[in-house]
Amino acid sequence: MQDFAASFFEAFRLVISLDPDLLEVVWLSMRVSLSAVAMAALVGFPVGAFLAVARFPGRGLLVITISALMGLPPVVVGLVVYMLLSSAGVLGPLQLLYTPTAMIIAQTILVTPIVAALARQTLEDLHDEYRDQLVLYGLGNLAQLKTLLWEGRYSLLTTLLAGFGRAVAEVGAVIIVGGNINHVTRVMTTTIALETSKGNLALALGLGFILVTIAFAVNALVFMSRAAAVRRAYA
Amino acid sequence: MNRHLARFMAVSTVVAMTAGGAMADDFIVVQSTTSTQNSGLYDYILPIYEDKSGVQIRVVAVGTGQAIKNARNCDGDVLLVHAKPAEEKFVAEGYGVERTDLMYNDFIIVGPPADPAGVKGMKDASTALNKIADSENIFVSRGDDSGTNKKEVALWKAAGVDPSQSSGQWYRETGSGMGATLNATIGMDGYTMTDRATWIAFGNKADHEILVEGDKALFNQYGVILVDSEKCPRVKSDLGQAFVDWMLSDEGQKAIASYRLDGKQLFFPNAPNVTN
Amino acid sequence: MRENLLSAVQRQAMPVLPVTGTGLRVSRKGRVLLDVDDIEIAGQGTTVIVGPNGAGKSLLLNLLAGLRQPDRGKVRWNGTPPSRSRYCRFGMVLQHAVLLRRSVRANVEYALRAVGHSRTEARRRAETSLDEAGMERLAHASARVLSGGERQRLALVRALATHPDLLFLDEPTSSLDPASVLAIETMVQDASVKGMRAVMVAHDLAQAKRVADEIILMHHGRIVERAATDNFFQRPQSETAEAFIAGRLLI
Repeated sequence: MQDFAASFFEAFRLVISLDPDLLEVVWLSMRVSLSAVAMAALVGFPVGAFLAVARFPGRGLLVITISALMGLPPVVVGLVVYMLLSSAGVLGPLQLLYTPTAMIIAQTILVTPIVAALARQTLEDLHDEYRDQLVLYGLGNLAQLKTLLWEGRYSLLTTLLAGFGRAVAEVGAVIIVGGNINHVTRVMTTTIALETSKGNLALALGLGFILVTIAFAVNALVFMSRAAAVRRAYA
Repeated sequence: MNRHLARFMAVSTVVAMTAGGAMADDFIVVQSTTSTQNSGLYDYILPIYEDKSGVQIRVVAVGTGQAIKNARNCDGDVLLVHAKPAEEKFVAEGYGVERTDLMYNDFIIVGPPADPAGVKGMKDASTALNKIADSENIFVSRGDDSGTNKKEVALWKAAGVDPSQSSGQWYRETGSGMGATLNATIGMDGYTMTDRATWIAFGNKADHEILVEGDKALFNQYGVILVDSEKCPRVKSDLGQAFVDWMLSDEGQKAIASYRLDGKQLFFPNAPNVTN
Repeated sequence: MRENLLSAVQRQAMPVLPVTGTGLRVSRKGRVLLDVDDIEIAGQGTTVIVGPNGAGKSLLLNLLAGLRQPDRGKVRWNGTPPSRSRYCRFGMVLQHAVLLRRSVRANVEYALRAVGHSRTEARRRAETSLDEAGMERLAHASARVLSGGERQRLALVRALATHPDLLFLDEPTSSLDPASVLAIETMVQDASVKGMRAVMVAHDLAQAKRVADEIILMHHGRIVERAATDNFFQRPQSETAEAFIAGRLLI
């Protein structure tokens, strides 16, 4: 079988040479997954916050449903988004299939339940702790939620990282709705799938190393900027 | 402090919203097969056409069955696959304007050098498949309704064997593309049928080799079809037709013929009215 | 003079005092936790609620603060139920103070912003409050890493910074070192002198003697005795009070 050393070498060679195709693919991966996480935050945080504090019939069912949706298979999401965006589908006129936007939509659907479910847990725990204090400040529900979101910001950041990890690592959804079109919708994971199917295992694994390294870099960046923010706030 | 959060949200939303924008309109989508993509043919000929015409060709490479389904959903302008009966049905049902032979290569049967079924050097595909079935050595099938898979099923039928009875035993259906199926074949030390182009370009051959080749029944014809704008109003008929015309022209056919990998010609153009 | 210290929001809000509770009853699983027919907090000074553990002191305070609802009975602030808008004239130091995950100063600023002060005004007042409490050194420290004594002092500074008409304290000094206890008692007394009404739950009789103008003794969820501090200690009216002062009263 293939040598792991060869994969390291491939990865190293690609990075050192700043291979333009590699950069394009990495950039698109980042753009798609970070956009998806941002959209997921816009939807998931309010939903999570609402579920954390609101009490209404069917809430428990909704909480369980959203938690369960964390396990959505990417391929299924890809298929559903494909059927919606296909020219034959309801949203066909938008002409979004095989574009990065389609990939962002699919990944947003994958990531939103993760963000919402984890945010709900974080904010519910915080709310239990803060409830009396926030009542004493005479805050309305919205102002309370705003404070809780800010108080939970570091945990919520980790929530976003979990979502980012899911998005940047999945291939099933983006390959269906993006089509893995060279220079248009080809991202890290679809490239890895393609190179694997070409039998270029060393190259595929090398790209895998690069993907993990990038994920590591994004996480490190977030943790460092968080540490810097903490230092600034309490300097 | 909440301002920072708000600003972050706003910026990321803008990024998300603009991410899909700024796309050139001068492009067409070609629904095609993994075999042509994995062989590297598109990477070679498409830049030639794109430079000349200024039109970007976006290839979605899936199995032939999937490609035809996608085209039926009007999610492509041109269909370039290799399953003649299915292609003709596609045209007959009004989804395609016209089907034209474009090029061919051939299928081969590859297997381990030890060749426990003893098919090495055979010219007749039916006899070879019969021997593999009798020996119950592992045979890996695409099992994905692709052009290659359709061909393989037809060959089994011609050989008078129904391998689906043994599915999961010596007959293994991967339900995957050619590349993944080849990887599985290598891993299981089995036999499989593949198009020659994918095999030559394949990077993980281990010590597997071509055992059966040269049968007329293994002929692999590719056809090209413009998706019909009567069924699919958003099809870019002009751009699509121009691309099809170029592929069928002397220039396009020569480009296909001149693609070499490891010094070997992978595809043989055979469009009508063109002499090669 | 005092009016100038309040924000526009606070000046517009209806008064909190007098706080009254009538027919208050809370029970859980058939056990009566609280049964108070009539209580009024008005006028001036500091009231300390004492009693053994489980007497219902904290529960009474939480009911009067509007943080809990009684099974029966009603709580009124100047004749109407506690309302959100009037919390700006009311302060409370919870038994387990919840400090925001921000700096010490930002915690005080947050409270000042909540009663309607502008950003710059909140900062100025927060700094003044921390200076007066001798906590300016900690202004930029994270509130979540303070020691127990510092935490309670910050909670008190935060509550006092808005100049509330009425302050509730729920065992603010339990398990603190003597220096912190003294600091907290002094701050409460200073605010009291300036006209703030204070109600504090304590189970330390010495502390009650030091800070209270008036004592309320609770036992088994009922108010047993309510008297001026001197009278309470020198002329207890009930056997329960006598026993409690002598340290003989158990749950």
